[in-house]
Amino acid sequence: MADRGEFAKQATQYAPHLYSAALRLTRNSSDAEDLVQETYLRAYRGYAGFEEGTNLRAWLFRILTNTFINTYRAKQRRPQETELDDVEDLYLYRRLSGLDTAGRSAEDTMFDLFTDGEVKSALEGLPEAFRLPVLLADVEEFSYKEIAEMLEIPIGTVMSRLHRGRKAMQKALVDYATERGLLVSPPSPDTEDTDG
Amino acid sequence: MADCSETLRELEAFLDGELTEQTQQSIHAHLGGCVDCFQAFDFHAELRLVITQKCLNDEIPPSLWAKIQQCFGDDLAPGDGDA
Repeated sequence: MADRGEFAKQATQYAPHLYSAALRLTRNSSDAEDLVQETYLRAYRGYAGFEEGTNLRAWLFRILTNTFINTYRAKQRRPQETELDDVEDLYLYRRLSGLDTAGRSAEDTMFDLFTDGEVKSALEGLPEAFRLPVLLADVEEFSYKEIAEMLEIPIGTVMSRLHRGRKAMQKALVDYATERGLLVSPPSPDTEDTDG
Repeated sequence: MADCSETLRELEAFLDGELTEQTQQSIHAHLGGCVDCFQAFDFHAELRLVITQKCLNDEIPPSLWAKIQQCFGDDLAPGDGDA
């Protein structure tokens, strides 16, 4: 890194990504602002430890996730990693293919099908142990290795949490679509099929 | 070439770009010839895009820009932090 001014300039360009991530993690704008500010303060203080040529965005996200885990996890009850219901693979895909028969193409309408709020809520609703890897992979497009390093968990754990977290997110999206009447509830032994 | 069950099983890792080059190519070859698997792939690629786009459109409050600029003090030239 050339100098502190250049570092500041480059670090600041990631602010929109850091703020969005902070919102998904803290789930409120006031805590998100604090988290981003704290991330930049730590980055600035740790500037000397940043190795030139390494990935600045990954470094900032590592600080953000560590700060979140250390500050906010302490405030909350530790999440149960097993609290996710198991959902079949390709759940959303199989449920949404039903929309094709109604003359809609799922592929063409997926962007319009779900509101911004629904997609955000589906992610924010995941337990923290799953939300972090899904956010880092699906929104920020970090590699399994980068995520494993940031969260200090094995790559195999990253993969299994991604798999289960993504399925749970799909389940939430199906629930939103069902609530809005876009999808008919699947027949199930303990719920009545109210739509014909 | 991969078969349908391997393709669907590896779909996530394929989309994540995390397979070995050989497996990546083997899945890619299968997707080129199998409409059902291609549809599943296409759906999940689209879903990924939708998630990325819809989770990255939050606008930074002016109060946060001000705090970020404070963090860097004089090191940040005026205007650097503006969107």
